[in-house]
Amino acid sequence: MGMVTTITSFGRSGTFDWLYQRVSAVILAAYTFFIVGFIFLSDDFSYQTWSALFEQRWMRVFTLVALLATVAHAWIGLWSVLTDYITNRMMGPKAAAIRIVIEVLLAAVAVFYTVWGIEILWGV
Amino acid sequence: MLKVSIYRYNPETDKAPHMQDYELDTQGKDLMVLDVLELLKAEDPSLSFRRSCREGVCGSDGMNISGRNGLACTTPISEAAPKGKLVLRPLPGLPVIRDLVVDMEQFYEQYKKIEPFLQNDTPAPAIERLQSPEEREKLDGLYECILCACCSTACPSFWWNPDKFIGPAGLLQAYRFLADSRDLATDERLSNLDDPFSVFRCHGIQNCVNVCPKGLNPTRAIGHIRNMLLARAV
Repeated sequence: MGMVTTITSFGRSGTFDWLYQRVSAVILAAYTFFIVGFIFLSDDFSYQTWSALFEQRWMRVFTLVALLATVAHAWIGLWSVLTDYITNRMMGPKAAAIRIVIEVLLAAVAVFYTVWGIEILWGV
Repeated sequence: MLKVSIYRYNPETDKAPHMQDYELDTQGKDLMVLDVLELLKAEDPSLSFRRSCREGVCGSDGMNISGRNGLACTTPISEAAPKGKLVLRPLPGLPVIRDLVVDMEQFYEQYKKIEPFLQNDTPAPAIERLQSPEEREKLDGLYECILCACCSTACPSFWWNPDKFIGPAGLLQAYRFLADSRDLATDERLSNLDDPFSVFRCHGIQNCVNVCPKGLNPTRAIGHIRNMLLARAV
């Protein structure tokens, strides 16, 4: 069988990538609705209410989960885009080199934002 | 007079493909696109296209008709050229051999991958392997595919990854065997589809459903495959 099985996708399989993509989308939708709702439904939206919100452990965990969901969602989505358009079929063997460079950059950005996010969340 | 613009390419003499214009007196008849091609070929024998049954059963004359993939033999000019101008191009994405004739190799390679035959290694019964009417009904909307390639060549994911994405036609057939009560290779079949390309490059845009000349729904079949993959993965 000539199926594609040795591909460095995010998860173990296309099935799990698909699942992570949907689950992360639901998490991000929930987080977005929560944040927008909080901002507009607060009687007195100020620095104090905002920092009080983020002093709660559940809010820090919720935010971290949303951050990790962003990383997973972005990785799976952009990996799909890269392997659609930057391929050997389209531009020859240099495609793999270009993809690796972009993927390393994406991974670096993902790690940077994750660490920075944790520092912010638990630093205030 | 019907104006017809046809994609012409002869790799032996042409550096690049070009569109050639023809005019045809249809005598007021609502011809099928294939009739138009036959009449033009009588005047210009160099015009090349595939055809066989001329009644939408063999799947030979799939082509891009005024921007939409379809069978030339079952598409009337009233539908394809309502303003009197018909534009014919080969199926998009596949290598052109000549004029409207494309190389279907990549399409058949994907079809081959899904092992389009019944797999059952239990001893054959004295009579046929029987199915209940309900089991047989599950194959409706799947077995009717004529492999014309209109769907797969309308699919951007198949254009980008024709070597890795099975494409709607192959996946419809993959599900035809996954859904068959007599086939026992379900798990192996699913294992072979679990990578990020074979099934999951389908993003559900339904170009395949839009063009299928047999009115089939590959997107729905792909959804069934995805649900089977999910059910055994989680």
